[in-house]
Amino acid sequence: MSTSKLRNEEGRFYLLAAIGGLVAAIGIAAALYMEHEGHVVTGMNNQFVWGLPHVVSIFLIIAASGVLNVASMGSVFGRALYKSRAPLSGLLGIAMMTGGLAVIMLDLGRADRGIVAATHVNLTSVFGWNMILYPVFYGLVAVYLWTLMERRMNPWSKAAGLATFVWRVVLTSGTGSIFAFLVARQAYGTALLAPMFIVMSFAWGLAVFIPVQAAMYASSGTTLPPLVHQRMKNLLATFIAAVLYLTAVLHLANAYFAKNIAFETFILFDSEFAGMFWIGQVLIGSLLPLALLFHPATGTRTLWVNVAALLVIVGAYFHLYVFIIGGQAFPLDIFPGYDVKSSFMDGAVDHYAASLPEILLSLGGLGIAFMITLIGVRALTFLPHDDVAKLEAAGAD
Amino acid sequence: MTAPQSPDNNPRRAFIAAAGAGVAGLGFTVIAPGLHLMAVASDANAASAATEARKAGTAASPAVRWGLLIDANKCAPGCTKCVDACHTENGVSEKLPDPRQNSQWIRKIELVDKRNGRVTQLPMMCQHCANPPCVDVCPTGASMKRADGIVLVDRHTCIGCRYCMMACPYKARSFVHAPLHDQNPDVPRGQGCVESCTLCVHRVDKGQQPACVESCPEGAMMFGDLFDPGSAIARRIASVPTTQVRADLRLNPGVRYQGI
Repeated sequence: MSTSKLRNEEGRFYLLAAIGGLVAAIGIAAALYMEHEGHVVTGMNNQFVWGLPHVVSIFLIIAASGVLNVASMGSVFGRALYKSRAPLSGLLGIAMMTGGLAVIMLDLGRADRGIVAATHVNLTSVFGWNMILYPVFYGLVAVYLWTLMERRMNPWSKAAGLATFVWRVVLTSGTGSIFAFLVARQAYGTALLAPMFIVMSFAWGLAVFIPVQAAMYASSGTTLPPLVHQRMKNLLATFIAAVLYLTAVLHLANAYFAKNIAFETFILFDSEFAGMFWIGQVLIGSLLPLALLFHPATGTRTLWVNVAALLVIVGAYFHLYVFIIGGQAFPLDIFPGYDVKSSFMDGAVDHYAASLPEILLSLGGLGIAFMITLIGVRALTFLPHDDVAKLEAAGAD
Repeated sequence: MTAPQSPDNNPRRAFIAAAGAGVAGLGFTVIAPGLHLMAVASDANAASAATEARKAGTAASPAVRWGLLIDANKCAPGCTKCVDACHTENGVSEKLPDPRQNSQWIRKIELVDKRNGRVTQLPMMCQHCANPPCVDVCPTGASMKRADGIVLVDRHTCIGCRYCMMACPYKARSFVHAPLHDQNPDVPRGQGCVESCTLCVHRVDKGQQPACVESCPEGAMMFGDLFDPGSAIARRIASVPTTQVRADLRLNPGVRYQGI
């Protein structure tokens, strides 16, 4: 490689690191401001208990688990095409998990009490389980990466990959159960959320992996083998369709219960969330990507597959916004059969608007995930190396 | 009407704890301080029912279950005496620009029956459930149920995650959104923590009534020991139809209503 090319590459790295670092630093500063002033400076309140930081953080945590699916396809299910991508998938998993956890921890009312959270674990709480689920996730992924990247440890990679696979299924079941275990809110409280979150993680994780992989290939001046591209886009389409199916089941089942008809009418047809659901989640996040992936003119082109993946990510944010914010905008049905009024927004639909500090904190989480990825790919070898001839001979798996 | 259950026989909580222990058991031995805390509280002094002031240094008694009976027929429209008394007693005085960010330990609710238009008023607060979802979901055990049925938040271990607020079916909890000043020394509060009606535990432990009960000019609120068949509240509940709000959830609240 020529000296000028190396210099360019180094310059680009430092530029990206400066941008990512700045975004992360502003996010942390916003969190300190919130910590000092209190959540009065946010758009969150006693009606909207969780806000934009939770939307972003839950996206990152779900996608972190799902991006490891690429590794599992290689190590657990023996697919050669995915095996060479396992290290990158592990790195992205750690990066997004860290970004997501940083946002959710920094949003705590008492973010300074992290040690209390770590030392006082209530096992009836899904949040309590997280004190076990997340550290073990980090440990397993770290060991898994070690077995992949250290040649002497390679024989252990299948076992480590299997353990990671099982653990992330448990972890994402836990994330879904955070909402599944809420006994009285019309939007949540169904066991379907646990498997649904797992399928969402598959789709969203892969949707993050595809453009990151494309960016890495582009920056190294190499081309992604069409075969790889073809397989991954088919997998992404399958996951998108599965999420769409489960979304339909969730809403249909909910609407079947008379007690939930008012909520379903609200979220699907008669609120600010209806447009976000139909246009953001269903059209932009599901139907359009499916069309792009399956249409012969676009499905065979890397650019459009990347666009489809990015649309899935946009749709994921709409999905979580409708789910988390929309679920809280609708009043709790404390007195079924009565019209209710109080000084505390009882019986009233409410509106949430995120404030600047919480927007910056949320972006900060993305900045942290970006920085970890950037430094990781710079310091170690994460670019997948494919033996295309061997892949084709093996039947393109 | 369901009879008040003894406090610690919740199969759901036991099941979830067992499932959680299973997850923890994969290579870990974790002690759950929240559970431990409740267990200690339940074991201690089981025999001494605290029907009067609780002696300093003694644990709350599981032989007692403090509760309220609220007669909505007597609750006067426009009257907020119970709300004012509660917030004065507990130092809940902040007035933030966004009123939705103010704490409300107790609030007046107006109900209009959709079938016949009948209007009812009532005060709403923490229902001090026997099976409180807020306690189940609290990651640190800061949300806890005292042996005598009073549901509280430990300000020292609340991390402000607000999961309990998501879980509460009664919207009974508030988050402290801003720095606090001029607190009542008997009722410590904390920025960044969740809080709710304590049933005026600091007064109850001195043998007094909750401030809301004492302040009601209509005598619409009654406080007492639900487990003591001879107590006025237990006798009233045994003789008139009363309602548990969201009884379908089987949370067995310690606050009962009459006239709804």
